[in-house]
Amino acid sequence: MPSNSPFLRQPASVQSVMLKVLVALLPGIAMYVWFFGWAVLIQISLASVTALAAEAAMLAARRKPVRHFLTDGSALVTAWLIALSLPSIVPWWLTVLAVLIAIVVAKHLYGGLGQNPFNPAMVAFAAMIVAYPQFMSQWPAAGATDLATQINAIFGQRQLDAMVMATPLDTLRTALHTSGLNATVESVLANKTTYGFLGGKGWELVALGYLIGGLWLVQQRVITWQIPAAFIVAFGGIAGLTHLIDSAQFAGAGFHLFSGGAMLGAFFIATDPVSASTTPRGKLIYAAGIALIDWVIRVYGAYPDGIAFSTLLMNICVPLIDKSTQPPVFGHKEKRP
Amino acid sequence: MSAYRDIARSGLWKQNAILTQLLGLCPLLAISTSMVNAVSLGLATIMVMAVANLAVSSLRSFIPYEIRIPVFILIIAALVTVVDLSFNAWLHDLYLVLGIFIPLIVTNCIVLARVEAFAAKNPVGASTWDGIMMGVGFVWVIGLLGLIREFIGQGTLFSGIDMVVPGLHAIQVLPEDYPGFLVVMLPPGAFFVLGLMIAGRNWLDARANDRAKALLVQHTQASS
Repeated sequence: MPSNSPFLRQPASVQSVMLKVLVALLPGIAMYVWFFGWAVLIQISLASVTALAAEAAMLAARRKPVRHFLTDGSALVTAWLIALSLPSIVPWWLTVLAVLIAIVVAKHLYGGLGQNPFNPAMVAFAAMIVAYPQFMSQWPAAGATDLATQINAIFGQRQLDAMVMATPLDTLRTALHTSGLNATVESVLANKTTYGFLGGKGWELVALGYLIGGLWLVQQRVITWQIPAAFIVAFGGIAGLTHLIDSAQFAGAGFHLFSGGAMLGAFFIATDPVSASTTPRGKLIYAAGIALIDWVIRVYGAYPDGIAFSTLLMNICVPLIDKSTQPPVFGHKEKRP
Repeated sequence: MSAYRDIARSGLWKQNAILTQLLGLCPLLAISTSMVNAVSLGLATIMVMAVANLAVSSLRSFIPYEIRIPVFILIIAALVTVVDLSFNAWLHDLYLVLGIFIPLIVTNCIVLARVEAFAAKNPVGASTWDGIMMGVGFVWVIGLLGLIREFIGQGTLFSGIDMVVPGLHAIQVLPEDYPGFLVVMLPPGAFFVLGLMIAGRNWLDARANDRAKALLVQHTQASS
């Protein structure tokens, strides 16, 4: 904490910010590899190479300085987020296609870094889950870490019966919605081979890794506290409240926060500086909106997780949120409507 | 004849109903999931546009100015009913696919726009020609959009051709196990592909402009 005048601040370069985001993803990735095998690293390298190539091609086509923008790392962050949100055993072409959609369509066709109204990684995820639901629902089972099988799944013939499973979120919803089973949240979550202590075997520790990395980003002032805090409070609040009202139908806050993409969303996706809200109060509204929409999609929707759709929906609202939460200029009184 | 050539050029490119004026997007986006559907609806639209322009142009001195829009709509609606019944009678399979979008040609703003902006003020020959050319401009855009969406979305060409010409079959261009790309077949994909086509058109225009300017500079330098 510097406390001496003249309070000079080093303006953060895009490159250093993006580098810190990549570093902060490492604990989560380490957990991912530990529980689900090396496949995710293959996907990350595949996505990174594709992203850099696509970025360079688009920069050249738009006659921008290639080296300057290519080394800012923003394409790498997008690529890593895509690789981490897709199931780690999707076929290679699906990852490549997703990254191309993110970089070419969602980023550069909208005007490049700083101009894109939608989070590129989430545009790609949404396009993939709409186009290929059959591949997007095949997640690796925890402990099925045989490298040869995973490589085969990514690059060759897919014979997956032994190693795939639905996500814990999916399993829970299917069980609750199948009438006649009389399943309650408690009875479903009692199955410890799928569910660990909080969110789902393995997944909860991956989420913990993201949480640790995310807190470090807040401490480094790369991201502000508003978005993750509002996301977690709103998500935990609605999940906890509904769980209190009917614990048989609604899973609790711990389960929701530590399963699916909640932690990745709270610290790495919703905080995208380009597409997120920029005013302090706006960030609170924006992140809480994402959390609430995501909860609704998880509980009542047909898709396994809703981070992508809820982020895109709130991206649309950002201009309105920013306009109505603009803080008063220093020295002026706040306008009361 | 240069007036006729100008009308053709403006319908096909310069004032193209879709790429420039962005009219009639609803049927464009809804029907362009395959080339056969797109072109069939486009041909129906051409028929309506040509005859509507012909009819309105020949009646233009009898239609009271204040109630011209209802009169135009009545004429167009009558023509669309004819087209609708013809499709039902002779191309029944296609009629079932196109469904509500044939009657909806009445509300297609391209038709009313040409009637109001051109046929109500111009002689019969030019108006009919304008209706045909604006219609052809609509058809090539919607056909190309259908071609691209069908190819990317399911890897075929001319699927549904047997509904129009019995005995012909769709061509499977990409291998049978092509997983398809559903997004392009859904409305968002239509918007994206159309956006790319408009961008392409603007790019071609900008390039032509640059060339014309360069040519002009050369000429002025040569003459000075």
